[in-house]
Parts: sequence; C-alpha cells; structure tokens
Amino acid sequence: MAHATAHKRGWYKRNEIAITPWLFLLPAVLFFSVYVIIPIAQSFWISFHEWDGLGEKVWVGTDNYERLLTNDRKFGVSFWNNIRWLVLYLLAIPAGLFIALFLNQTVRGIRLYKSLFFFPFVISQVVVGLVFSWFYLPREGLLNAILTFFGLDTINVLGDPSMATYGIIAAGLWPQTAYCMILYLTGLNAVDPEQVEAARLDGAKGWKMLWYVILPQLRPATFIAFVVTIIGALRSFDLISVMTNGGPFGSTRVLSFYMFEESLSEFGFRMGYGAAIAVVLFLIMLLFIAYFLYSMWQDEKGGR
Amino acid sequence: MFPTPIEKTSRSWQLTYQTLLPLALIMWLLPLIAVAIFSIKPLSDFSQGNYWGLPSTFEGFNNYGKVFFESNMPRYMWNSVMITVPTVIGAVALSCLTGFALGVYKFKGNLLIFFMFVAGNFVPFQILMVSVRDLTVNMGLYDTKLGLVLFHIAFQTGFCTLFMRNFIRALPFELIEAARVEGVAEWRIFWFVVIPLMKPALAALAVLIFTFIWNDYFWAVVLTQGPGAQPVTAGITSFNSQYVAQYHLMSAGSIVAALPPVAMFFMMQKHFIAGLTLGAVK
Repeated sequence: MAHATAHKRGWYKRNEIAITPWLFLLPAVLFFSVYVIIPIAQSFWISFHEWDGLGEKVWVGTDNYERLLTNDRKFGVSFWNNIRWLVLYLLAIPAGLFIALFLNQTVRGIRLYKSLFFFPFVISQVVVGLVFSWFYLPREGLLNAILTFFGLDTINVLGDPSMATYGIIAAGLWPQTAYCMILYLTGLNAVDPEQVEAARLDGAKGWKMLWYVILPQLRPATFIAFVVTIIGALRSFDLISVMTNGGPFGSTRVLSFYMFEESLSEFGFRMGYGAAIAVVLFLIMLLFIAYFLYSMWQDEKGGR
Repeated sequence: MFPTPIEKTSRSWQLTYQTLLPLALIMWLLPLIAVAIFSIKPLSDFSQGNYWGLPSTFEGFNNYGKVFFESNMPRYMWNSVMITVPTVIGAVALSCLTGFALGVYKFKGNLLIFFMFVAGNFVPFQILMVSVRDLTVNMGLYDTKLGLVLFHIAFQTGFCTLFMRNFIRALPFELIEAARVEGVAEWRIFWFVVIPLMKPALAALAVLIFTFIWNDYFWAVVLTQGPGAQPVTAGITSFNSQYVAQYHLMSAGSIVAALPPVAMFFMMQKHFIAGLTLGAVK
C-alpha cells in the first residue's frame, strides 16, 4: 500500500506540469460545456423539430427555416430592426469619443464629472427602459414638455410604429455611449505625450491631430468599443421588453425578442421555431465572433 | 495631452468650458433627474398636471417608505443579493483556476480552450435559452435562486477567463520559474505566488460581475417567476403593475432597484474601470 502511494506520487510528480493545467481547467470546462457548449448544439438539433417544450419532439427537417425565410413577416421586421440596431448603435463609438475628448481635462472636480457621465452604464437596462419610457410619455413626459416649450408639436414616440424602434435605440445609446466614453478616456490617458508635442511642433492641430496622431494610438480602445457595441446591439432585449413589449403592432421586435415571444410567451410554446430563430441570430453573431477571434489570434501570434 | 489642456487656452474658452461642463452634465442626466424628482412628489401633483414643476410637498420619505414596507421590493432585493453574491464568488473562483491554467502552461489545445471560453461569452442568450431552461426544469431548479446562480456562474466564467488569463499573462513569468527551480509544487505556486498578485484583477472582476448579474433581466424572466426567487430587475415589472400609473412610486421603486450597482461603482471606481476595459487598454 505504502509502495503504491509512493509510486502514485512519483508518477504525479514526474508529470506535474503536464497534468496540473487540466486539473485546473476541469471544473470550469465541465460547467461551461453543460450550460453553454452543449445547449448551442441542442438548439441546432431542436430547430429541426416541432416541439412544445413538454411532449415528444417531431422531426420536421428544414420546415422551420423555410417558413422563417419565405413567409414570416414578423421575422422580416425583426431582422431589419436588428440591422437598424447594429448600424445606429455604432453611433455610440463617435459619441463616446466626443464626450471623452470633452472631458479629458484636468479642471477641478473633473473626476466626479467623468463618473457622473459614466453613470447610465451602471444602471440596469430595465431601469433605463423605464426611465426613457416615462421620458417619452405623450402627456406627462419631459420630452414633450421640452418640445412644447420650444413651440413644437408633441410626439408619441413609443406609440408610433415609425418612430418606436428609433426611440428604443436612443435609450440604448445612452448607456452604450457612456461605455465607449470610458474606454476612450482610459485610452487617452495612455496616449504618448511626446508624440503629441512633436506633432504640435510640426503644426498639426485639431482634426488633423486627432485623425493622424491620436486615433491610431486609440486603436485598442476602438477595437473593444466595436466588440462591445456590436454584441450589445445584437443582444438588445431588455429595453424592448420593458418599453414596448414588441409593439406597437409588432414594429419594435428584434430577433432576440421574437425568439423569446415564439418559445416562451402567451403566444405559445413553439420551441422548435424559436430555436430556428435563435440559430439565425447565432449565425449572424458568429460572423462577428469569428472576426474578433481572428484579430485576437493575430495578436497572440505576436506574443510569447 | 490631447485636446490642448484648458489652462493653456484663451481665458474666454476657459470660462466657456467651465460653464459648459455642468450644463452638459445636466442635459446628459436629464431623464434620470426627472425620475428622481418624480420619486419625491405627492400623488396629487400628478392628478393636477404638475409634472415638471417643483414638488408641492416633499413626499420622499412616504414614497420610499411605501416601496420598502408595503411592497415585495425588499424580497426582490434580497433575492438579487442571494443570486449575485454566490455568482460572483463562483465565477471568480473558477476563472482563477482557468486563468492560471491557460496563462501559465503551454500545452496542446491551450488557445483552443481559451477561444472556446471567449466565443461562448459572446453568443446570443437565445441560442442557450431553450436547453438551459429545459435542463433547469429537469434538475428541479426552475424558479429557484440556485438554478439562476448555476447558469450565471457557468456563463460568466467565459468572460472571467478572458480577463484572468490576460492578467496572469502580463505577470512576470520569472516569478513562477524561480519558484519551480526551488521545487515548489504547482498548486502552491498558484496559491502562494500567483493569487496574491491577482488582487487587483479579483477586485475588478468582482465589481464587474456584480453589476452584470444584478442587472440581468433576460435569465431572470426565463428561469424564475414570482417573488420567491425573482431578482429585482424582474420584480420591478410586477411592482409596476401593482402601482399602475402611480409614477411617484414607480420612480422610487426603480431608483431603489438601480442603487446597489451604482453604490458599488462609486466605491470601487478604479477597479470597475480597469475591468471594463478588459485590461486591454491600460
């Protein structure tokens, strides 16, 4: 017995460096596989079935996808709304840069200003949604109070199908801009002052300085801003759920919300169809994820 | 420094800047200020159409008192705490292990496993929803805090691993090599050499995950229902249906729900920001 343990310890000691990382990885990899990796595969599988979440799954082949792509108006609306989200959400990046440049000073109390500007990001999207839906209220809302003050007509942002999505995106831009701002503020801190001085001596200033000297040095910040903004745009769910619940007349649905509606709401438990929508959303996201991983991989090759 | 430091510019621009600063801030936080004012107004102000004037009486204590003593809010808040704190501990602990394994050792598949974590962290929640809900129901954990905690730990491990691994990679590798030469066991290197150096990363991740989980709404709706296990983000919607159109109470409720991460942020600002930039922008 004593001999056996001594032998065991010897074997472990000899292979310690090879085995230790796997032991350290084991719990997390198990957990992550059960809750993330396997469910992705299962969703693909479920998307080829008709399933109410309780009974037997019925194999329907690519029926769900054919229905999605050929005759589902709701899917079309959701898809184009997703594109709107993607494009308009990117405005958070220049807006964040603009605020960061505005705040990158050393006057008294600037630290507090920076934190207060960042504030919206810390609040949950549910509360942001509530705050903005009250801001937009047709009678009681502050927005219309301001419009009336300037002698303009009042508008019902969330009640008008042509405006509602934009109203929600504006609400989403608020915290997202704050996030990009903080990324750029941190980036600006690291800008090499000698290069700036040298460029200044060469007569560069204003836009030229920003474009040729500052922005190239802010590239890491810009990259992360892109990543988090695109992911944020495609994940939009909370705001829509809280502000309009997909309405008016389904005009504010996006894929993530539509998927939820199909599979888990009062409209029925169509898990198979929902899974098919999720797969489409996943594939769109995968394009971006692949690009992010590719850039990370490029960086890694340069490292140790 | 860019843009030109304010003290090197003309006197008039300096004055303009100093006045612009508070004005811009008020504009920026306007929707929030409006809600804060709503929350201290009496009900009568709303019925009389006094939405934007000063409150006719200060009802802050009354309104917030109602939120705390006459609604389910405290239960929802408590649920949020009991979901958030274990998740933070679990995800940070797991990712210390993975970060160490992926940051220190060279082995086949290292980068592959790392990218698996990173990619998993970016996927849309909906691709996981049906299966995770099914799994949680089958384990008998639907509508329990534990069900939510387990999923959150697993999912957040992706992001935490990205963060920890990059942090550990930036540590001086000579420390680990020196310890190895001394014949120190690997797990002791982890515990006595690496962990003490990771304190800033631990703090940054902890505040960040706290905020993410506290603010989660989607999974709260998918995996729980009712005041037994629902966190405050989901609870606030039932709270609002209890007090339909009573804006003073709904505003007070929202402010209460939003407060803990805000407090966390102001206490741990430096760590928070270090975490948000993923350690990539120093």
